[in-house]
Amino acid sequence: MTDVAHDHASSTGISNVKLGMWAFLGSECLLFGGLISTYMLYRGRVSGGPRPSQIFDIPFTSVSSFVLLMSSLTMVLAVSAAHKEDDRKTNLWLTVTALLGATFVGGQVYEFTAFYKEGLGFSTSLFGSSFYTLTGFHGVHVTVGIIMLMSLVGILKRSSVPGKKAEVVEMIGLYWHFVDIVWIIIFTLVYLIPV
Amino acid sequence: MTTNTAETKQEHGMSDAGYIRIAIILAAITGLEVSTYYVDFGVLFLPALLIMMVIKFVMVVSYFMHLKFDNKIFSFLFYAGLVLAVGVYAAFLATFKFFIQ
Amino acid sequence: MAIIERPAPTVPAIVTPTSTYGLLKRPVSTTGWRSWVFTVDHKKLGIMYAATAMFFFIVGGVEALLIRLQLAAPNGKVLNADLYNQMFTMHATTMVFLFVMPMAAGFANYFVPLQIGARDVAFPRLNAFGFWAFLFGGIFLNLAWFLGGAADGGWFMYAPNSGPVFSPSHGVDFWALGLQITGIASLTGAINLIITVLNMRAPGMTLMKMPIFTWMITVVQFLLLFAVPVITVALFLLSFQRNFGAQFFDVAAGADPLLWQHLFWIFGHPEVYILILPSFGIVSEVLPVFSRKPLFGYPFVVFSGAAIGFVGWGVWAHHMFASGLGPVSVAVFSLTTMAIAVPTGVKIINWTLTMWGGKLWFTTAMKFAIGLIVLFTVGGLSGVTHAVAPSDTQQTDTYYIVAHFHYVLFGGAVLGIFSGFYYWWPKVFGKMLNEKIGSWNFWLMVIGLNMTFGPMHILGLQGQPRRMYQWTEARAGEGFFNLAFWNLVASIGSFILSVGILMFLINVVVTARNPKKAPLDPWNARSLEWMTSNPPKEHNFDVIPTVHHLDEFFHQKFEEDEATHTMKQVRTAEEIMAEQERNADKHIHMPSPSYWPIVLAFGLPIITFGLIYSHLISVVGGVIVLFAAYGWALESSTAPDSDFETNTPGTGLDKVGANHD
Ligand code: HEM
Ligand SMILES: [Cu+2]
Repeated sequence: MTDVAHDHASSTGISNVKLGMWAFLGSECLLFGGLISTYMLYRGRVSGGPRPSQIFDIPFTSVSSFVLLMSSLTMVLAVSAAHKEDDRKTNLWLTVTALLGATFVGGQVYEFTAFYKEGLGFSTSLFGSSFYTLTGFHGVHVTVGIIMLMSLVGILKRSSVPGKKAEVVEMIGLYWHFVDIVWIIIFTLVYLIPV
Repeated sequence: MTTNTAETKQEHGMSDAGYIRIAIILAAITGLEVSTYYVDFGVLFLPALLIMMVIKFVMVVSYFMHLKFDNKIFSFLFYAGLVLAVGVYAAFLATFKFFIQ
Repeated sequence: MAIIERPAPTVPAIVTPTSTYGLLKRPVSTTGWRSWVFTVDHKKLGIMYAATAMFFFIVGGVEALLIRLQLAAPNGKVLNADLYNQMFTMHATTMVFLFVMPMAAGFANYFVPLQIGARDVAFPRLNAFGFWAFLFGGIFLNLAWFLGGAADGGWFMYAPNSGPVFSPSHGVDFWALGLQITGIASLTGAINLIITVLNMRAPGMTLMKMPIFTWMITVVQFLLLFAVPVITVALFLLSFQRNFGAQFFDVAAGADPLLWQHLFWIFGHPEVYILILPSFGIVSEVLPVFSRKPLFGYPFVVFSGAAIGFVGWGVWAHHMFASGLGPVSVAVFSLTTMAIAVPTGVKIINWTLTMWGGKLWFTTAMKFAIGLIVLFTVGGLSGVTHAVAPSDTQQTDTYYIVAHFHYVLFGGAVLGIFSGFYYWWPKVFGKMLNEKIGSWNFWLMVIGLNMTFGPMHILGLQGQPRRMYQWTEARAGEGFFNLAFWNLVASIGSFILSVGILMFLINVVVTARNPKKAPLDPWNARSLEWMTSNPPKEHNFDVIPTVHHLDEFFHQKFEEDEATHTMKQVRTAEEIMAEQERNADKHIHMPSPSYWPIVLAFGLPIITFGLIYSHLISVVGGVIVLFAAYGWALESSTAPDSDFETNTPGTGLDKVGANHD
């Protein structure tokens, strides 16, 4: 994965990939910022459809938020194990992280279905459109993360990952935590503040 | 190899136990956040929620993502995007009179 | 460990490159079409970017000529109203997204690594991916012409006009999804160049010793990094509305159409600096070289560039003064807009003072650079008149605006690009562009430009609306300021302008046919990209230079004479080059070509095509993307030694510098 073009040490002594990842995450702030702002602007415009506070199931979403939060812990344990070159533990924690992520996405699918049954479709209202777009984008990010985690587990088993293993784990970790912090914001702004 | 691991440990400045402690704090704050749904916090409701959100955010970024211990360039790249996003979108919502509804 | 000088083998050797899926052998050709299609070399990609952008410049130019033909006389019959709308929309979209931006990406790709003394960019495969995504995105955008009509909502595609009700053809779909793809290209390019600049500078090159072009490019990449995601959001909202029935801009459902305007211009204003700053960087290189003086106030130019990049985020709503923002917003954005003129002014002063007292050498590159200073200033001044909101309310949506942005975009961005062509052509192709044709090129362009866009100030102030497909004699008025006369002047001007551009293309052909090689250092230049052969070798530098000064190359050639305090030449470029060759690095690891960037990029337009026509096609595209992503992740950036037939130890070919001409 490391695309280092030449062999003399980098100007800063840090890895290109890691810098690239942070730059990407900086950029993602403006992506999610835009989606969240759109939601904030439109959350109260329900055109006769259900209002947010009528359909949100806070206990349920709290649990799934908690699951995602804990997946950040297991992710960081995977990174830590990778730095200690403990392959078995790395694989274990990566798998657990992916499972927790899958639980979260499963919860989201359930939630979407429930909302839909209660009358909130994508085209029902501005609230519906912006809610599904925001949380859907986040869900897609989680799903991409899960795919990367699973692929990583597969690749690590064959131990043919180009570049430094621990670094690859760390990069996916950064992405994963980012997705988690976005949810920290969504959980508060979208779910806990009633409209 | 041994020096190598020692080095990486240093660089990341946290043990697994430390991570678990952070996670427990995060879980506790989440519990508190959810409790606002059941208990009436009065005028404190909104500020409390926002402060807790920021604390959680910063904790994950600083500890789980190591930003606190890492090179400052990483912080620059990330917080530049974050601060810009908050500033620009707050101004954007302000033009819609979002904050004085 | 691939090595560099790989002459085509005289005897076909048995090559066994590594493969990713056990069947696809890694591409290793160094000649023929494969060496371009699968390349990850930043120089080849730079040329590919620039050549593609030039092609789109011609496309956009032809569209512009059709517009001017239509408006040359009353009751124009060249285009009908519908086609006219498509024409100005695609003209602008093409010029902005498919010409100026990728042209700047081409310059940046080619010269940033050379200017910072690096052998390639930080992520060579990502670089290749960016080019292909841009090309496929550009083709995708233009496909709409053949599939029911191109987008017709103007380049900022305001809602709700862009919605399915008012824009029923697939034009806007192609537009939104195509820009999404070119956006991905810009974003990956930005990450790549930022990390390259942060992390791959030659030893000793601190940020404040970095050439000014590289600085301006860096600012641009930060703007892209943070602005592209904003338009990504806007485009997603638009596509979701058009393709999946979301309501974001549906006024009947209570939507606020200003949402689009805000998102578009939060991106859009940084975008105008994305368009102009690369050219500012180019002329900031050209002016000192041809004034025989260092750039006046280098730190000021750097910081004013960064300041523009920063303040540029706080002015976007000046594009929306007439939209009912409310007095507070209008006042705030009016003030910030006036403020941003200051750092721009600082640059113009610095350029002027660079020339002041210098020994000016009026090459074509220099003429274009001076042209930029003059014409950009004209555009900047009319820009300040828009910053005054009451005045803007009169001007907005008239030809006055069209005049303004063509002075800054054509007089600014495009003249800078042409200056760069003439300045760097010998570097890239080893031959000098013809100066005589160059002179024609310059004067015809400048005369044509002023004839085309100058009268538009008058037309606008007389009230001719922008985006008007026909005008009639009855409404043209009389006297000196009648619309008929000035419209005709503008149209004639546009053809003179085209002849000017044609001169450049002729010059390219004439130069290519001319066997005469360029000298090593034709302009007595100052920065590192000139401290290597013309064109540079695949690995750029035989030895990575150690940098002690801003304008390092100049300081290697010249030293201060203690007695007279003047600069005295102590070495020639040839001597410096020869010394590098003597000390050449023995083993240089260069990234190897790869299939995956082009395959991955190819998946994207298939996905978007499917979004318009059938989701099944999208699935195919998705599979291609996944397949390529895995191939990419599983292969290492630099192929092992065994992939290359010529790397037989003892033949001398494994030693760079031992075998070049
Ligand atoms: C080849 C020389 C060019 C000519 C003759 C030309 C002519 C025109 C004309 C007449 C219009 C106004 C159409 C209308 O409002 O009805 C226009 C619009 C525009 N042009 Fe150009 N142009 C040229 C080059 C460029 C370049 C190099 C750029 C940008 C880098 C550019 C960017 C634009 C933009 C952004 C618009 C606004 C389109 C809209 O209203 O949505 N043009 N051009
Ligand atoms: Cu602007």
